[in-house]
Amino acid sequence: MRRMMLNGSLVLTALVTIALCSLSWGQATKAEEDQRLGMESHIGKLTGHATSAQGNYRRYCVGCHGELGDGEGENAQWLEPKPRNFTLGIFKCRSTTTGTLPLDSDLFDTIGRGLDSSNMPSWNPLSAQERADLVAYVKHFSARFVTEKPGTPIEIPKKPELTAERLKAGQEVFQRVECWKCHGPTGMGNGPSAATLTDDQNRPIAPYNFHDGKRFKCGTTDEDLYRIFMTGLDGTPMPSWSDNIKPDEAWDLVFYLRSLQPMKSKEKELARQIGLKSGAAAAAAPAAQQ
Amino acid sequence: MISVLLLLAIGLLWPARSVSAAAEGKITGTVKLDGAAPHMKGIDMSKDPFCVKQHENSPAHLENVVVGAGGGLQNVVLYISQGLSAAEASQAPAKEPVFDQKNCMYTPHVLAMGVNQKFKVMTSDQTTHNIHPLPNPLAGNIPWNKSQPPGAPPIESSWKAEEVAIPVKCNIHPWMHGYFVVVKGPYATTDEKGAYTIENVPPGNYTVTAWQEEYGTQTAKVTVAAGKPGTADFTFKAK
Repeated sequence: MRRMMLNGSLVLTALVTIALCSLSWGQATKAEEDQRLGMESHIGKLTGHATSAQGNYRRYCVGCHGELGDGEGENAQWLEPKPRNFTLGIFKCRSTTTGTLPLDSDLFDTIGRGLDSSNMPSWNPLSAQERADLVAYVKHFSARFVTEKPGTPIEIPKKPELTAERLKAGQEVFQRVECWKCHGPTGMGNGPSAATLTDDQNRPIAPYNFHDGKRFKCGTTDEDLYRIFMTGLDGTPMPSWSDNIKPDEAWDLVFYLRSLQPMKSKEKELARQIGLKSGAAAAAAPAAQQ
Repeated sequence: MISVLLLLAIGLLWPARSVSAAAEGKITGTVKLDGAAPHMKGIDMSKDPFCVKQHENSPAHLENVVVGAGGGLQNVVLYISQGLSAAEASQAPAKEPVFDQKNCMYTPHVLAMGVNQKFKVMTSDQTTHNIHPLPNPLAGNIPWNKSQPPGAPPIESSWKAEEVAIPVKCNIHPWMHGYFVVVKGPYATTDEKGAYTIENVPPGNYTVTAWQEEYGTQTAKVTVAAGKPGTADFTFKAK
């Protein structure tokens, strides 16, 4: 009997120890996160404070991105693509190189713009200060924003004058680096590799179709388009091209991609004038390889 | 009194150990598969005519389990998981690890490297690849995704945390799937006979871990003495 009691008390001690350990573990992570609540964001003259965003996050963001910022909000199960998991610190829309943290202004722009073809709306109805505060709050979910600095933003030279030569050169870049493998010979998002693409969570993801006239995920300007393919979209199959496309060629490619879109543009008009067949030559590229 | 003696003993032993570290030992052995080698599916590369052409005479197969003559298991990474001093654990082998994209396959299929060791990713192919390592960012390594069209210069990079293992894929060619294995200290990868040698191991007692992508890890205790290599053989059971 005595022995049983001894055993019992041993088990009890063990249980209490385990309970205490797990409690302190939980507290440690919570404490860490609370510590990060001092996170700030700096966008131009604005300074955002994570603590000031708690109310807005709970009201507008928590449903999808979740209380822990892990993208597991109660609505997440119904959404495709899935809400971003902020704890990883990996973001599609960056002006910085692949594998690095975005600038505060990148996150600020994403919150304001929203993400086309997803459930993330534009949050421009909130004031700039409120959005800056939310940037700080988004950052506080990832320890990376404490230990790492954002990457170096890629340089975007001034846009050159559009010429027929540049437009043709852009088409050549499209073929040479084989954008068509995913985006299709004519940019319709139907390349040979399109059907098997998956994102970093192994969920199917479609390459952009230049012909359907939808906005790009990371901004609508020519500079945004330049930035998208040069930095790549982290977390997706879209790689960074900044090592393999020179700045001058990148602008050529921007012109060519614009000519594929259905919207009226100088590029589209010029392509029509010079009889640049969107993708006719590109379509021959896979055949030429055989 | 005992603790003082113990401290003294440790104090006396410490320099001795450091000195002996200069005398290089090694750990050798063989990794085998027990049972029939699983069937490795052929790869349909018809998405990319260039890739198809490279394999006209040698059909490509998946490389998750590569078994050689006598049951030797290739592409198993061996590393020392216990017993190295901090200084020894920070020393990676001198040879630069190189990952080549050749004939639309990864060569080697599994590339071992040290923490913070520079490695190179190159392409020998006349088709565009994207190289997309997917480490766990919460464990300290950050995923990236870079393109490598034909003729592009090698990509140099390194990983700052230990991670066994980081999946690597090419989104353009979905069958291309390999691993980076990032470990501390000396390491080795088994050849086509399943043989390995971990070089530059100072005399001492160690735990060696063997990692195989399908079968997981196994460990063994090994003693390396001056002038006498330690041996550790491993056998993974076929599923």
